[in-house]
Amino acid sequence: MGVTTSPDGIKEIRTPLSDADVESLRAGDRVRITGVLYTARDAAHGRLDRLIEKGERLPFDPRGQIIYYTGPSPARPGDVVGSIGPTTASRMDKFTPALLRLGLKGTIGKGYRSQAVKDALRQHRGVYFGAIGGAGAVLSQFVKKLSIVAYEDLGTEAIRRLEVESFPAIVVNDCHGGDLYQDGAKAYAREGA
Amino acid sequence: MRDVHVSAITDAVKKLCIEANLDLEPDMLRAFDGALRQERSPAGKQVLQILKQNAEMARTRRIPYCQDTGFVVCFVELGQEIHVTGGGLDDAINEGVRQGYREGYLRASIVRSPFDRVNTGDNTPAVIHADVVPGATLRILVMAKGGGCENRSKYRMLTPAEGVPGVKEWIIECVKTAGPDACPPLILGVGVGGTFEKSAILSKKALFRELGSPNPDPTLDALEKELLDRANRLGIGPQGYGGDTTAFGIHILTYPCHITSLPVAVTIECHAHRHKKVTL
Ligand code: SF4
Repeated sequence: MGVTTSPDGIKEIRTPLSDADVESLRAGDRVRITGVLYTARDAAHGRLDRLIEKGERLPFDPRGQIIYYTGPSPARPGDVVGSIGPTTASRMDKFTPALLRLGLKGTIGKGYRSQAVKDALRQHRGVYFGAIGGAGAVLSQFVKKLSIVAYEDLGTEAIRRLEVESFPAIVVNDCHGGDLYQDGAKAYAREGA
Repeated sequence: MRDVHVSAITDAVKKLCIEANLDLEPDMLRAFDGALRQERSPAGKQVLQILKQNAEMARTRRIPYCQDTGFVVCFVELGQEIHVTGGGLDDAINEGVRQGYREGYLRASIVRSPFDRVNTGDNTPAVIHADVVPGATLRILVMAKGGGCENRSKYRMLTPAEGVPGVKEWIIECVKTAGPDACPPLILGVGVGGTFEKSAILSKKALFRELGSPNPDPTLDALEKELLDRANRLGIGPQGYGGDTTAFGIHILTYPCHITSLPVAVTIECHAHRHKKVTL
């Protein structure tokens, strides 16, 4: 199993993820991810999508993997990476269902997903995690290794392979239709808004 | 006339760009503490604590608070008795941005054209708004404006008949649609009045007021407080995980407007509210 629960109630995730791992996660679960994440944002998704359309091989095998929507700031000499928080996920909505169809299991970002993505999460057993947007300095500590996989010409938007240890996130959309943003806002909404 | 050499402007802008991204202003740190005292949601509290820690880590480790180190938006108040020497004002500002983003290990996030989208590599150019004002000082206000929140900024032309109630509903609507996409807790800069472009510029300028300080106009101050209270009843909370801290502040600036118009522009700003200023 790639998912176990720690005594502090936080779920420990090891990549790659299986369907059963994804099914065990519920919206609102706090998680720590250890293993590999691939970074990709707008421009890289555009290129991946063109490869998928043409039926060509992607620069990494998406099966069981997690894509982290981020474009890090440059590393200072001696550091693994600069600041590395999530970017807004909805800009990738257009591309996500096709990647889930190819076996991608997770994405990490911030903000709402489209209904099409939520449907694809159910259909292909996928999960959308939220990382804290704007906490890029803190999140950089969990990245232990970094290498460029493809599209170096895109600078910050290149696809990078990250090795992470205990990277903190929360399940926003699970594969059962659960949605943390809806539940959270409902629980704390007060009269007079 | 007082001479100011462009190199002084470049040096100042460079310093402001780096410091804005690494050293969050005290008004933001106070906002985190204030929110932590009131937030009921455990997930929300945890987010606020991590953001405080993030600010501390940015300051001590000299790593940007957020990886999106922003679009540099610069308001220049140029005293009419100042003579800028040695080159152009805009060039001097852009050179400061270039040096600051390179030397500060800040991210280059600007593409040279919205169509071909090739990165300029040094985060230039800045967006510069210059006003000529009386006096012999040069004031530069710099904001590193995040893209994720900027993308949720909105504009609407209301009718005079929609009036204050219409303006209020529209602002609350903007908070709802921004939601978790814009990294709440949010700060809203609101420009009401003027023309289409005037209201938008005011909405940016409004963000430079110190967070937690009252609006100098008592009527607007009451309006801001009412709207902030309403925004924080929506339940969106820090990062949208649910909670009481959806916004830290709503700042309004107004301008006279045409008898037919009621323009309202809302700039959505995130908790990575990076603003600095200097007077030369
Ligand atoms: S919205 Fe602000 S905090 Fe969030 S990623 Fe963008 S700049 Fe950073």
